[in-house]
Formats: sequence, C-alpha cells, structure tokens
Amino acid sequence: MNLTTGKLLGILAPFFVFGIVATIWHLVVVWFKIPSIILPSPIAVLNALWLERMVLLKASWVTLQAATVGLICSALFGSFIAVAFSQSSLLRVSLYPYVIFLQTVPIVAIAPLLIIWSGNNFRTIVLVATIISIFPVIANVTSGLLSINENLRELFRMQSATRLQMLTKLRIPAAIPQLVLGLRISSGLAVIGAIIAEFFVGNSGQYDGLGTIMTSRQANLKTAELIAALIACTGLGILLFGFVNLLGSTVLRRWTRVSGFESDK
Amino acid sequence: MQPTLHDSPIISCQGVQLAFGTGAARQNVLNDLQLEVNAGQIVSLLGPSGCGKSTLLRVIAGLIEPDAGSVVVDSESVSTKMPHSLREKMSFVFQEPALLPWRNVLQNVILPTQLRGVHKQKETADFVERLLGLVGFKKSDWRKFPSQLSGGMKMRASIARAMSTRPSILLLDEPFAALDDMLRSKLNDMLLAIAAEQKCTMLFVTHNISEAIYLSQAIAIMSHGRISERMEVPFLFPREAGLRSTGQFAAYYGQVAESLSKGNS
Repeated sequence: MNLTTGKLLGILAPFFVFGIVATIWHLVVVWFKIPSIILPSPIAVLNALWLERMVLLKASWVTLQAATVGLICSALFGSFIAVAFSQSSLLRVSLYPYVIFLQTVPIVAIAPLLIIWSGNNFRTIVLVATIISIFPVIANVTSGLLSINENLRELFRMQSATRLQMLTKLRIPAAIPQLVLGLRISSGLAVIGAIIAEFFVGNSGQYDGLGTIMTSRQANLKTAELIAALIACTGLGILLFGFVNLLGSTVLRRWTRVSGFESDK
Repeated sequence: MQPTLHDSPIISCQGVQLAFGTGAARQNVLNDLQLEVNAGQIVSLLGPSGCGKSTLLRVIAGLIEPDAGSVVVDSESVSTKMPHSLREKMSFVFQEPALLPWRNVLQNVILPTQLRGVHKQKETADFVERLLGLVGFKKSDWRKFPSQLSGGMKMRASIARAMSTRPSILLLDEPFAALDDMLRSKLNDMLLAIAAEQKCTMLFVTHNISEAIYLSQAIAIMSHGRISERMEVPFLFPREAGLRSTGQFAAYYGQVAESLSKGNS
C-alpha cells in the first residue's frame, strides 16, 4: 500500500473536521451550561454509545435484517415490474402513475395503516422498507431496459431475434448497471423505511430495532442515548450502501472494465 | 470463380423513395434511387454526410421501410417484414463496433449464431475460429472484454461477428470512419481478404475517396438521396497496399473527387 499525500489528506481531512465540530459542540455545551436532556456533550454521547453497545448492536442487527430483506424484495419485485413494463407499453402507461404515487405518498402516513393490516412484526417493517425503496429500482431498471443502443437493437433485428431473445440476451444484461444504480439509492431508503416503520411498531416488546429503541429513549428524555442510536442508524445506512456498492462494482467490472484491469491476471 | 457470378444483380433498388419528418419539415432522404450490385462485387457508396448513404443501407437491410420503390435481394422482395430466410442472407456492420460489453470477444462473435441456435455446431465453432484468425485475433485475445480492446480491435471483432453467419451480403456503414489512416488501410486489406475468401458481396458506405477506390470494383456516388454517378474502378484484384501511392491511383482519385463535387454542387 503506498498512499499518496493526496489520498492521505482525503482520509484525514474529514476526521479533522469532525474533531473541530466535536470540540466546538463540547465547548458550547460546557460554556452555556446546556442541560444534557437538550444537548448532551459529545463525551456523554460517546459514553452512551459505549455503555449501550450491546443493545445498539442487537437492535442494529434486527433493523439491518429488515432493511436488507426489504432491499432484496425491492430488487426482485422492482426488476420484475420493470421487465413487465418494458414488454408492454399498455401496462407501462396504465401503471406507471401508480408507481410514482408509491414514490410520492408519505411513507410516514401509510406506516400506521400497514401496521393495522400486517401487525407489529418483522413482516410489516420489511413491507415498509420495500415500499419506500422500490421506486428507484423500477424507474432505473425500466429506463435501462428501454434505452437500448439503436445499433444493438438493429443487430438483433438483423438476426430475426425473438422478443424473448431480445429480452434475455440484450435488454436484461444491458440494464444491470441501471439496477445497481437503483439499488445504491434504494439501500439508503430501505434503512430509512425500516427505521420509520419501527417508530410505529413501538415498544410492544415483540420487536426491538433501532427505531423502537429511539422512540423509547425519546419518551424517557435520554438524549445522549438517542443520539447514540442515531449514530448507529447512520452506520447502518453506510454499511448497507457500502455493501451494495461493493457488490455492484464486482458485478459491473465487466461492463466498465478498463484496460489496466489485465494486470490482475 | 464462377463466370456468371458478376452478371446478375444480387441487390437491386428501383425508384426507392423515402422522406423523414412531417409537414413542412418533411424532407426527402432517398429520392427515386436506382442501384444495382452484382453478386460477389464490392461496391462503395460514396457521398458526403447526410446524403442518405446510411439510410439506404438500412432500407436494403430491411430495417427501414421505404415510402415507395422496390428493393430486391437475391430475387426476393425486401421489407421490414421479410422472411427470416431472406434477412439471414445479410449482415450489417455498424459505424460503431456495437459490441455487447458484458460478453468477451468470442461470445460477441458467436452472438448471431447463438440467436439462430447453431452456435453449438462443430461447423460453426470451426468457422468462427477461422474468422477470428482472419480478422487478426490471437487465441489469447478471445477472452478479452470490449473495454480491454482498442478501437481497431473492436471493429475487427464487429466484422467477425457480422461474418459469423456466412452472409452472402455484407452491408458496412462507415465502419472505419473513427480510425486513423494507418489502421484504416490495414483493416481495408483485412476486409479484402475476407471478401476474397468468403466470396461475399459487399456494399460499403464511406465518405473517404481513397478507401472507396481501394476496396471496390465500382463506386456509386450518392448525392441528395440518389445515385448521381456510377464509376467502375479500373484497378484489378487483388489490390496491393502499394496501389495507393501510384500515379494512376492519384489520377483516378482526382476523377472521383471531381464527380463527387459535381454531384453535390
């Protein structure tokens, strides 16, 4: 590993900014004697993070499962819907408005309804995570399936390719980069969806995700613990996003492979 | 060589008419166009950008339906709904290599045979192997992906792909326009070698005069949607690279250039 100074700076600079912000935060809390239920000092947050690490890890694991399953559902159902849309313009024009509706409906507003229908359980959390994260997959994959290079389409037409061949040998592989792109956006949304749903599922004792923990910390005015949970949420989002990115760049290596890649052999 | 090979037109366009656009913006792209190409001949369609060369090629390929006139290939009428058997006699080489980025060279080259379901036949495999050698691929390059290839190599793969189904007619739409002169003349020789071996009729669209002369038996000069002049190239086959630097070549070049500017004035 030979990191250049530029790369090193790229890694260190954000930490430096974090240090400055944390210092100012701490000074402000001490200087103005802000009560810890309003704003705990960064040290108190770190302390809470450490003390609650097992609880947070466990809750993160629960939420991660829900978000991941939701994301997988989005990838599967979203791609399926996109394929259907690519094959029938009638289907596309008649259903696309409802897909947009799915995107614009405030998820916070339908989560309580979904809980009534589906119960205080994992399934509901997954359902909300799926609903909130499916749109980028449908939109991106549909456009990927439909925006095929004119020459490539002509190439297939010249060979009298069937509709199915066109779909499996051209459209679907050509849309893979768009699927990855969609999933990158969806990964963050799936985490948000899961946490929001957990707010509503609440402290029924059957379910303990990060969202559940946050509502109970809020009720008890445990601000430091609340912020610690918030940090866990962020970490979770980054984790899932990073995983999708990693998976995506592995898959996309073929699509975007550059000449330099040969040296790996 | 069969003596009758050059006598009957394998491609015949009569009174082909095509306009794009609607209302006042409607413009004739092909205008009462006549063209005949004899079997086994290489004919270049020479003309400035926008004269309708590429469109004509697509009409002959049955990718675009003309407004009026007839296109007959191998005594069968061409249309966008022509039978597979007729379509499969032709192959198209696009201006861009139009390779599928997720397939390696070999997989790209066998694509047309795969769409016809004959890619597993021993005969096809042998032929593709010969073709890849003919266009200049070493066996070690077969597994490379398009993004690992230079522009010239991509075009070689694209030509091999077009030839993989043993078409009797190869339609080429300015395939070497993006390449530098050195590479262009190398690929010209490669194309001539393929034509000689496969006895394939070629209709070659270009705006490069020297390339048109070097490659073909006849040059059809195109202007404003019609063939303004047809010139028989006086140089015998096989062509040699040295031909380009001879005085006769230069003199003939002048003649073609003059006809070209006359037709387009």
